[in-house]
Amino acid sequence: MSSQDIPEENLPVAQDTAHGTVDVADEKHPFADPGLPPHEHRIQDIDERAARRSERTVALLFTVSMLATIGFIASYVAIPVDKNVYIWTLGHISALNFALGVTLGIALFCIGAGAVHWARTLMSDVEVADERHPIEAAPEVRAKVLADFKQGAEESQLGRRKLIRNTMFGALALVPLSGVVLLRDLGPLPETKLRHTLWKKGTLLVNQNTDEPLRASDIAVGSLTFCKPEGLDEHDHGFQNEIAKAALMIIRLHPEDIKDKQELEWSHEGIVAYSKICTHVGCPISLYEQQTHHVLCPCHQSTFDLSDGGRVIFGPAGHALPQLRIGVNDEGYLEALGDFEEPVGPAFWERG
Amino acid sequence: MSTTNTTAADSRPRGKAPAGERVADWADGRLGIYSLAKANMRKIFPDHWSFMLGEICMYSFIIIILTGVYLTLFFHPSMNEVEYHGSYIPMQGQMMSEAFKSTLDISFDVRGGLLIRQIHHWAALIFLAGMFVHMMRVFFTGAFRKPREINWLFGFLLFALGMFTGFTGYSLPDDLLSGTGVRFTQGAILSVPIVGTYISMFLFGGEFPGDDFVARFYSIHILLLPGIMLGLMVAHLILVFYHKHTQYAGPGKTNQNVVGMPLLPVYMAKAGGFFFLVFGVIALIAGLFTINPIWALGPYRADQVSTGAQPDWYMGFAEGLVRAMPGWEINLWGHTLVLGVFIPLVVFGLVLGVIALYPFLESWVTGDKREHHILDRPRNAPTRTAFGVAWVTWYMVGLIGGGNDLIATHFHMSINAVTWFVRIAFFVAPVVAFVVTKRICLGLQRRDREKVLHGRETGIIKRLPHGEFIEVHEPLSQEQLYTLTAHEQYRPAEIGPEVDENGVKRKVKGTEKLRAKLSKGYFGEESQIPKPTVEEYKEITSGHGHH
Repeated sequence: MSSQDIPEENLPVAQDTAHGTVDVADEKHPFADPGLPPHEHRIQDIDERAARRSERTVALLFTVSMLATIGFIASYVAIPVDKNVYIWTLGHISALNFALGVTLGIALFCIGAGAVHWARTLMSDVEVADERHPIEAAPEVRAKVLADFKQGAEESQLGRRKLIRNTMFGALALVPLSGVVLLRDLGPLPETKLRHTLWKKGTLLVNQNTDEPLRASDIAVGSLTFCKPEGLDEHDHGFQNEIAKAALMIIRLHPEDIKDKQELEWSHEGIVAYSKICTHVGCPISLYEQQTHHVLCPCHQSTFDLSDGGRVIFGPAGHALPQLRIGVNDEGYLEALGDFEEPVGPAFWERG
Repeated sequence: MSTTNTTAADSRPRGKAPAGERVADWADGRLGIYSLAKANMRKIFPDHWSFMLGEICMYSFIIIILTGVYLTLFFHPSMNEVEYHGSYIPMQGQMMSEAFKSTLDISFDVRGGLLIRQIHHWAALIFLAGMFVHMMRVFFTGAFRKPREINWLFGFLLFALGMFTGFTGYSLPDDLLSGTGVRFTQGAILSVPIVGTYISMFLFGGEFPGDDFVARFYSIHILLLPGIMLGLMVAHLILVFYHKHTQYAGPGKTNQNVVGMPLLPVYMAKAGGFFFLVFGVIALIAGLFTINPIWALGPYRADQVSTGAQPDWYMGFAEGLVRAMPGWEINLWGHTLVLGVFIPLVVFGLVLGVIALYPFLESWVTGDKREHHILDRPRNAPTRTAFGVAWVTWYMVGLIGGGNDLIATHFHMSINAVTWFVRIAFFVAPVVAFVVTKRICLGLQRRDREKVLHGRETGIIKRLPHGEFIEVHEPLSQEQLYTLTAHEQYRPAEIGPEVDENGVKRKVKGTEKLRAKLSKGYFGEESQIPKPTVEEYKEITSGHGHH
């Protein structure tokens, strides 16, 4: 063992042999342990009137607790659940919650305060010393246990009958596999689910707030609009899963402000559409800075430049926001020209 | 029958034993309670304010279980989307999951439901904070040393599991804030190489958010994790009883005894009463201060988010790591290694693991196999204390990172500057904290030495006949002298002789060299101030003082 190569003298001598319980008067040991100091009486130990005062204090605390419990029940019965009150510094809060919390708090606190006051002032406060015993067993006990174990192990013949041993280990190792297999139906395999969204060629861009399809002329320069694919309704089953991937934000730039060539190609008259889902860990991006065309994710502050291909300019995101290729249909409504060309949202192993 | 009656009558000629005794006798015959009580009823517990930190944790855990059971009576762990038509007017007509709706009902329709919800949440915050502080107390006083290393691990596991129990708990209402946290978790899971997408699909029953996670988090939150934690907590307490409590050095206190007051009655009253104090304070807080107002946040929608989104405090450290990490992504052979998210995930485990394994590192360096029941004053273990402060600093830097947006908006600073500060401080701050703490500890050790040798400064200035002014120093009492010199000082381990007894050069292992180096760092000349010796003391106090 590594400890054995430490010379004994590096370990400090146990403090008790260094100091020992030496009499205070012993001049040779100025730092000797003087032993437990004598008990000092409290006022309650010597003055019965003080003790009775403590008794009354404890009883008062317990009585206040009882009253507070009655107050709790009374509040529960009397105060309507929807009543709000204004409490200074706390603002408008639920009257019932306030009354129940305060009465319950007082009822509990006073029991505790009473018990602690009782213990501190009336119960004996004489300090007592208990001996400690080493946690380790005595050598005889150790020897006996090891011998018993050896005998038991021998009687089982586990060591001798290798066939039994090996097959048992095999069986025990295999049986948990059933449990693992049972977990398979927790969910489907990933396959290409993370690669596709509801957007496809010809899907109209619908304004998230008004539920109306958008025309290019609805979008003013510098504005930010949140969109969803046409036909996706919040009452639909699976709405959450679809919107978690398809959520879109569109802004209108002056075409000459667009720095990225592909972005310009995929835009329509300066209108660009980007995934709203942050490429870091998937929060919806919601903060837009009109002057710089930057969007910021409020969760971890990844910042993207929407005039430069959705490039990451700050924060922990690892790649640009995916852009959706858009155009207008015959009736002048904005439509997608296909799905996103890369997976939206956070990166993953198979993303590539 | 008749024999028992006779014996009872023999020992108590004047009649039957009191009812209490008879009940106890009955129980003893079946459970052996007398033998159990003999060892424990008058068990001695030392008194110190810092020993109640663990009690705060235990009591808040009990409070969480009590209130949690109540909440399960009303909460519906379902992600079925329903339209709200309840009594909270502003949300009328909104689509939301049943989980969110039932949380609204608990808050607005069940009388006292809001109070219990808030007690549950506040108690959870206090539980985690209590565990953190309790753990630091144990760390800085060296209470984790033999024989308590395993109990340290139990406690650490409770802290780590508590974090995840808290996280799964606050995710249940399916509100906009917690849903964002779940989304973050899912994004982090996706970053795991090779299996990330599979874990995500299996955990969420498909794509995010799916219909399953609330129900799954629910069984994890109310059954799996608290079940394990309850077991660990019981084991933790059994070991505290079995090892007997540690104590600070002082007159009459040795490594072989435990000095304090008995469980019955003093600690029964103090600790029992303390449960009510903790519960009372938490109930008051819950009555006065709103926590997690899900009605102000609204139901979760995957395409919506609020600004200033923050996890509960104990997850802030992990959040900070994620926020500060640069967005590294490596694309190779058609695969993506999402280092920008995966590294913080690993670092999170590493930072926690370092503190969990520290006791084993220290016992390896000291090579000390003895039991330790006397606590160290932090100053007397400067390297350990410095390490602990460095770790806390590390943790706090993460916490600052987790709140970088709030710091930026509250103090009108640039978010980029705050993030860069965190990036640099993550590496620099712990080192600075380590060095500064060690210096402070050594300074305090010098002061103790000074006090032992020259006494306490009284503030009384005396003018000597020849005009010199001196300050009167009052010698310390025997108790103070003992307390200030009771600590042990190790000598640094050395790499034994490089040649063996036959003069043959032996091979010195790398680990041996490393340990000698670490040991020097812990106990070398620059890492501790020698305790005053009896000779030094006598020389100074023998009359011809140096004043």
